[in-house]
Amino acid sequence: MAGSLRALRRRIRSTQSTKKIFSAQELIAGARIVRAQNRVTASKPYAREITRVLSALAGSASLDHPLLTERDKPGRVAVLVITSDRGFAGSYNVNVLRRTEELLRLLRDEGKEPLLYVVGRKGETYYRFRERDTADTWTGFSEQPGYENAQEVGSVLIDAFTAGADDDGTGAGADGVLGVDELHIVYTEFRSLLSQVPVAKRMAPLEVEEVEEFRDERDEEVQAQRTSDVPTSYEFEPSAEALLDALLPKYVTTRIYAAMLEAAASESASRRRAMKSASDNAEELAKNLARQANQARQAEITQEISEIVGGADALVSANADN
Amino acid sequence: MATLQVELVAVERMIWSGEATMVIARTTEGELGVLPGHAPLLGELAPGGVVRIRPESGEELVVAAHGGFLSVTERGVSILAETAEIASEIDVERARDALRRAEQAGDDPEALAAGRRAQSRLRAAGQDA
Repeated sequence: MAGSLRALRRRIRSTQSTKKIFSAQELIAGARIVRAQNRVTASKPYAREITRVLSALAGSASLDHPLLTERDKPGRVAVLVITSDRGFAGSYNVNVLRRTEELLRLLRDEGKEPLLYVVGRKGETYYRFRERDTADTWTGFSEQPGYENAQEVGSVLIDAFTAGADDDGTGAGADGVLGVDELHIVYTEFRSLLSQVPVAKRMAPLEVEEVEEFRDERDEEVQAQRTSDVPTSYEFEPSAEALLDALLPKYVTTRIYAAMLEAAASESASRRRAMKSASDNAEELAKNLARQANQARQAEITQEISEIVGGADALVSANADN
Repeated sequence: MATLQVELVAVERMIWSGEATMVIARTTEGELGVLPGHAPLLGELAPGGVVRIRPESGEELVVAAHGGFLSVTERGVSILAETAEIASEIDVERARDALRRAEQAGDDPEALAAGRRAQSRLRAAGQDA
């Protein structure tokens, strides 16, 4: 009896200390969401401007840039998956990876061969554990991605995409490098504190519609501005084609950066929610354990009393007999 | 007097926006001054370039802008840069250090880019690069 009471007390103590860890994590994640959201907002002016410049260019330049043209027979396609570095984030990573599997199945059904590019340690271990090849992985910045991280990822993807321009079927083309014909990205969109949705999008070849859609999502007011901008015919320095060459890779990088920022905000939001329910559960558990411990303690006292009473009775009756 | 609505945005944040009377920048084609009423224009900024903005009131704003574009519309001017710093916020010592390191690192493209960034920062801060 005394043993079970001790065991219960030990469990209460450990539950309470884990609860402290959970609520600290919750607070940290809460602070991070705000910061991540601020960074998402801060990055919007650039995304808006670059989209505007791009649509101005798209109207003036011929659209035969490799990043804009659909390839005849897409063979290999790149899929960039954005996961988190740390766990403790509820179903965040599971959801992204499940969405990725769906996309991969779809791509395979279309006769394409997907190549995985993974951001985040959780994604990396997921694929390594299943012994599936990844083309490239990056880790260490999922919670606070910088633009340089997006540049690093972007340059690898754009290089692969450019190298894929002359591939024929499964063989490498003239440049001897196997590239990819499409770029896809899977990340978690931050809709609100309560809802984060994993989404899959195609980044390249870019469609002009997609540019529109991107703007619609980001900023309604730009749409209004744009209508006033349309008749403008621009002068270009250097030529429109050269500008497009310089601008498109930056645009892709900007989109990767935006996706990373959204993913970071989503990660923190998921983590906060997971940690909130974990600390609630810990509290509940500690409460139940305390109840059990009280019961055990009461039972112990009752037993001791009845033992004493029993002992005293025995003494009394022994004396009476004498 | 007519003014330009100028927006200077870097990838991570909006750096400056306001009314200005003139913007001077260097594109890959050459130096360029933009006054109100300028024809619509899209340009790529020269690497290691410096952009000068003359606000309606107050002192001229000198900015080190790297890897960017300049877009002029009827509404105004937007300058897009991968990294941009206002001259008064530039740490000259650090920029010098960065330049020295980049020069020692030799010819690899990253060091060259870092060197150009440092040069543009120094130039914007009014130092010899």
